[in-house]
Amino acid sequence: MHGLVNRSIQCFLGDTYGADLWAAVAAKAGAPVEGFEAMLRYDDALTCDLIQAATLRLGKPRAALLEDLGAYLVTREPLRRLMRFGGVDYTEFLLSLEDLQGRGLMALPDLDLPELGLESGAAGRFTLTVTAAQPGWGAVFAGMLRAMADDYGALALIEHVAPPVDHETTGAGQTGPGQPAPVRLGPQAAAQEWVTVELLEARFASGRRFDLAAMTTGA
Amino acid sequence: MCCAGVWEGSVLAVDAEALGRLMPMALWLDRTGIIRGAGPALEKLCADSLPGQRLGAQFEVLRPRLPEATSASEARPADDRAKAVAGRNAGAEVDLAGLLGARVYLRLRRAPATTLRGVAVPARVAGADGLILNLTFGIGLADAVRDHGLTTSDFAVTDLAMEFLYLQEAKALVMGELHALNARLQDARRTAEAQAMSDPLTGLANRRALDQDLARAAAVAARGGAPFALAHLDLDHFKAVNDLLGHPAGDFMLGRVAAILREETRRADLVARVGGDEFVLLLRGAHDPAGLMALGARIIARIEEPCLHEGRPCRISASIGIVLSASHPGADPAQMLAAADVALYASKRRGRGCCTVAPPPPTGPPDDGADWLD
Repeated sequence: MHGLVNRSIQCFLGDTYGADLWAAVAAKAGAPVEGFEAMLRYDDALTCDLIQAATLRLGKPRAALLEDLGAYLVTREPLRRLMRFGGVDYTEFLLSLEDLQGRGLMALPDLDLPELGLESGAAGRFTLTVTAAQPGWGAVFAGMLRAMADDYGALALIEHVAPPVDHETTGAGQTGPGQPAPVRLGPQAAAQEWVTVELLEARFASGRRFDLAAMTTGA
Repeated sequence: MCCAGVWEGSVLAVDAEALGRLMPMALWLDRTGIIRGAGPALEKLCADSLPGQRLGAQFEVLRPRLPEATSASEARPADDRAKAVAGRNAGAEVDLAGLLGARVYLRLRRAPATTLRGVAVPARVAGADGLILNLTFGIGLADAVRDHGLTTSDFAVTDLAMEFLYLQEAKALVMGELHALNARLQDARRTAEAQAMSDPLTGLANRRALDQDLARAAAVAARGGAPFALAHLDLDHFKAVNDLLGHPAGDFMLGRVAAILREETRRADLVARVGGDEFVLLLRGAHDPAGLMALGARIIARIEEPCLHEGRPCRISASIGIVLSASHPGADPAQMLAAADVALYASKRRGRGCCTVAPPPPTGPPDDGADWLD
């Protein structure tokens, strides 16, 4: 997994639940003591172990934790800005999601973001199909879409639809002696999840400001 | 400016407002250089309403150079060239045919003098021959967006400006991460180097560091550069402390000796622990044997001072052998270390707790160590 993903999880856990929790989760999952490097690659299994350790430690369902992670990510200003380049309003933003994987690859050619497909139905209903090598991305995107709706000032109902099979791979409640061995999908198998969006009002609140020009405070 | 036949059968009529949506940064002009209309983004850039104005009043044409204006240019003083150029573009009637075909570069006359790149094509404008000039910011896009407060709706839907801006920000983020990673790796490398070069117990340099520094100092001295002295120090009665009082007491004593050696040498010198109770000092600069003897005696006296470890007295001493690079013309590190070792054992033979400076190696007939200074 790209270090950026692991690093995001690390920042999310540390910022949200404190350094002690992060240290405990890192120790349990066997993550590097000094933390992850955003620009290095790590074993995919480590990411799974990390999420697993955090859900056990926090006693929180895996999907709920991943939704919080998604919301956390897009409320970080640099990432929020990148997301806002997607469109002038929430609908345009949703439509731009199909390009997200390509945009990610443009910035980082080895960033393995999931494949996103958007289907728009009647009366402001959208279904986002999230196809990834690891299960859980659907929940992350549900959290992201919810936070971005707030950002645009849109009123929307967002729901994560977990796949009917492989449900046991979600880590919450999974306890076992020693190292729990979650069922992992092989590199060929792709997990498909869905996020449904019901856009009730595109301009419900004023939303947050977005200037095209970035603040030029020395990067 | 263009043959009328061009329009026959291939006229494409587009509503001006629609054209503005298609090309928000376009201008349409008649052939005398009067602006007849402009896209909304360009209107925003210029602040004034553009229709009716001369192209030259709002923009300086950087390229292609247009031919001299047909009127009012002769009256200008020859030295006032800038003004003449401005006047040529600004006031006079200009034949715009020269803009067709090549890449056009314009600069906004008002601050911040944004540069624009574009292309002009012939068109029917207001029922007469004219041209459409479509413009873009080029590489200055990000500055222009900031300077003019542009938003997504100022760009054509087909414009890649958003992707450009997105990429620029994403790239800045990635570069920031890479810089931070490089800084951390650099730090880690320095730490690893320092660890590889130091003795973990005393923090002194280790054998590897000594070899490296000695080789460098010897090479300099061999070329006639700065001389140096090498002192080999071996603790006396250290084994007894270790055996009778235990390793913690031994470690404590080694730490104490390290502190003394650090204090008695200068910053530029190197103090290395090269064995269990063996130390080598690389003393840079010119030294005379008498001064070195005094230094050795001072170090030994301090090491001999009685001290307590967990309430129990520990006493050790030290023997020292010193060699000067000046005495070894080639300053060969191995030879010098061997000579320092010989001098050290001369000290041991004399009953320990003393210092010996090795004489220069015999150059003439062997003299059998008559010059040992002790």
